[in-house]
Amino acid sequence: MSSFLLSFRRNRGAFVGAVVLAAVAALAAAAPLLFPFSPWDMRGVPFAQPGQEGFLLGSDNLGRDVAAGIAHGAHVSLLIGAVSTLAALALGVTVGAIAGFAGGAIDDALMRFTELVQTVPSFVLAIVLVAIFTPSLASIVAAIAIVSWPPVARVVRAEFLSLRRREFVQAAEVLGRSRADIVLREILPNALSPIIVLASLMVASAILLESALSFLGLGDPNRMSWGFMIGAGRSVIRLAWWTSVFPGLAIFLTVLALNLVGEGLNDALNPRVARKRG
Amino acid sequence: MSLLEIERLTVDLPPGADRPHAVEEASLSVEAGKILCVVGESGSGKSVTAAAVMGLLPQAMRASGRIGFEGRDLLRLDQRAMRDLRGRRIGMIFQEPMSALNPLMRVGDQVAEVLDVHGRRSNGPARVQELLAAVNLPEPARLARAWPHHLSGGQRQRVMIAMALALEPALLIADEPTTALDVTTQMQILRLVRELQARRGMGVLFITHDFGVVAEIADQVAVMQHGRVVEAGPARAVLDRPQHAYTRALVAAVPHAPEHQAERQAARAGEAILALRNVRKTYYRGTVFTGRSAVRAVDGATIEIGRGETLGLVGESGSGKSTLARCVVNLVHPESGEIRYRGADLRPLSRSAWKPFRRRIQMIFQDPYSSLNPRRRVADIIAEGPVAHGVPRADALAKAAELLRLVQLDPRAGDRFPHEFSGGQRQRVGIARALAMDPEVLIADEPVSALDVSVQAQVLALLAELQARLGLTMLFITHDLRVAAQVCDRVAVMQQGVIVEQGPTPQVFAAPQHAYTRTLLDSIPGRSWVPPDFPRA
Repeated sequence: MSSFLLSFRRNRGAFVGAVVLAAVAALAAAAPLLFPFSPWDMRGVPFAQPGQEGFLLGSDNLGRDVAAGIAHGAHVSLLIGAVSTLAALALGVTVGAIAGFAGGAIDDALMRFTELVQTVPSFVLAIVLVAIFTPSLASIVAAIAIVSWPPVARVVRAEFLSLRRREFVQAAEVLGRSRADIVLREILPNALSPIIVLASLMVASAILLESALSFLGLGDPNRMSWGFMIGAGRSVIRLAWWTSVFPGLAIFLTVLALNLVGEGLNDALNPRVARKRG
Repeated sequence: MSLLEIERLTVDLPPGADRPHAVEEASLSVEAGKILCVVGESGSGKSVTAAAVMGLLPQAMRASGRIGFEGRDLLRLDQRAMRDLRGRRIGMIFQEPMSALNPLMRVGDQVAEVLDVHGRRSNGPARVQELLAAVNLPEPARLARAWPHHLSGGQRQRVMIAMALALEPALLIADEPTTALDVTTQMQILRLVRELQARRGMGVLFITHDFGVVAEIADQVAVMQHGRVVEAGPARAVLDRPQHAYTRALVAAVPHAPEHQAERQAARAGEAILALRNVRKTYYRGTVFTGRSAVRAVDGATIEIGRGETLGLVGESGSGKSTLARCVVNLVHPESGEIRYRGADLRPLSRSAWKPFRRRIQMIFQDPYSSLNPRRRVADIIAEGPVAHGVPRADALAKAAELLRLVQLDPRAGDRFPHEFSGGQRQRVGIARALAMDPEVLIADEPVSALDVSVQAQVLALLAELQARLGLTMLFITHDLRVAAQVCDRVAVMQQGVIVEQGPTPQVFAAPQHAYTRTLLDSIPGRSWVPPDFPRA
């Protein structure tokens, strides 16, 4: 494990990404303390410039504090990123594991279904799903999970296909162990590295997807989010650039950080690259 | 003067390797018209020596000493001069004929390219066909237009040899050229090398790990251990009267038929425990769209194994012996036939109905590197089987420690992960895992073919001891007839899914009935050589 941490730290980009990610998480956690009021409250004059009137990052067209919006919005972004990724993993790993382990007709059926889902443009499908189920935190998470599991299923299936031919899996079979036992204890732990790497990148795309949905006004109306702020600020971008630039910067930094971490994980968990470094 | 004179060659390993030098103060010489075999186990530095001669050492390795060839020191030549020598004066053939040819180029073009590179284009196609004919390839004109994937492993290796010989080099370096090939093909290639070498008066530096190969073709032998040449001399002398302790150990480790084998067999014959009748397994290739073709992996195999005996299943790769072994443990489901264990037919049983028999029939696998789950501790790996059959975890772990001692490993090794063990040690763990179930029948699928010869001898000795102590019945699959001769009471010879001959080992070896068996036996390298017996040091 320590060698894993070492090779992860040696990758400077991944280290910076992890630090940025930790800072965003800390901001989300500290939001109620730093800004002990609702981000929807009007706190002063509209269109205050950054630094004026006690607004660190300015205020928007209704006099809402942009800094408070970003801090509270971090909460929603991270929550949706994490929960929808977990949901997509649960779905994708299950489908991929069954397809890869069972093989044959079951594999064919599941993979054709996966491809069917993949051919539908994911963002359009997400919009339709959220619109049908009325925008809420739960429906957004569900929509993002439903459009992002197919790549997980494909990666897991490929890993399972190659691992189940390995002799240690055959040995488990000969020992008379149950299928669930073989899948969960022999194959899955060995397929974990690519899944973890994929997950870190999926969190990033989930955050982007949520921002895009909020931008279109399909976000949870009770929660402040970065995408909503950009959407609300876009009509006044020439008058008050800060209302959309700062939330945009927040999305950019978080997604970049997640990508860097994902790449670092890939290097650290991929034995071929790790050996080259060591 | 010798053709190739290696003097005090030392090759440094990069810092942090397990020893400072890959090769240390090695001196060898190859005479024109003679074959020098360099033998050693993996990690002995034999391949590095060959790479140093070719100037193909990795950047991180520095060589010092002297490699004299035709009056020049190869270590002091620059890249250009070395490139000119390679191919023209020194030819090389590699271990892996599958990956050494460019899959996107016709065979003839690849041979012609060698001529081109050294500016000998003049009589291209004719010369290419002449070369292909010289390595005994059939229909050279047609073959020159073939793609590499149309050729068998042996044919590809012949093409490689044709390329190496295209410019009539004075020295041929062969790095384990037959290791990836079947025995019969290996024999053909060895004879070819011998014949070409004699016809052209080439010097050959032949690298191998197999003493049988040495006995077959070597004039001179050098034995390497840990980067040093521990013994060198004429082949007969080294093989029959090895001086150095390491050479003696290696020669002693070469498997050979024990004396008094007939008596042993008679003492063991018991009633049949496992009987296979007309087992058939067909694989289908292709899809509905491309058209399906059937491959009969096992075509009506019938064998019987008596209690306490070892039946050897021998054959070349693709003969179906591994498929048959996997049929017995239900990893592969045969479409017809009977697999009777103590009278009960196992073939039609469901997964759950099979489970009780898992305790009675166990398997040892070939590859010690892929047969253990890299993410689990050794004790857990061994205990897992009994736990799956309802033994309490604590009891199973206690037994695992006992089993580790039984297979001659430190019981404390149970806390470690598989990657901390050597190949031989891992294979012992694999044996312990199978024995944890207290099986009556053990299926061993090439259990020693991935191991070095001295480790191989230890594992075979362990298996023999365990069999005697626990009264195991064994189905032993191997492609190595020497191993079969040493281990098996009876052998069954398999060819293309069919068992062509079976009988007591001494009888099959002494008086083979089927033509294929005779071919196989004739292909044992160095068959005429019987390893000398001497008291072990």
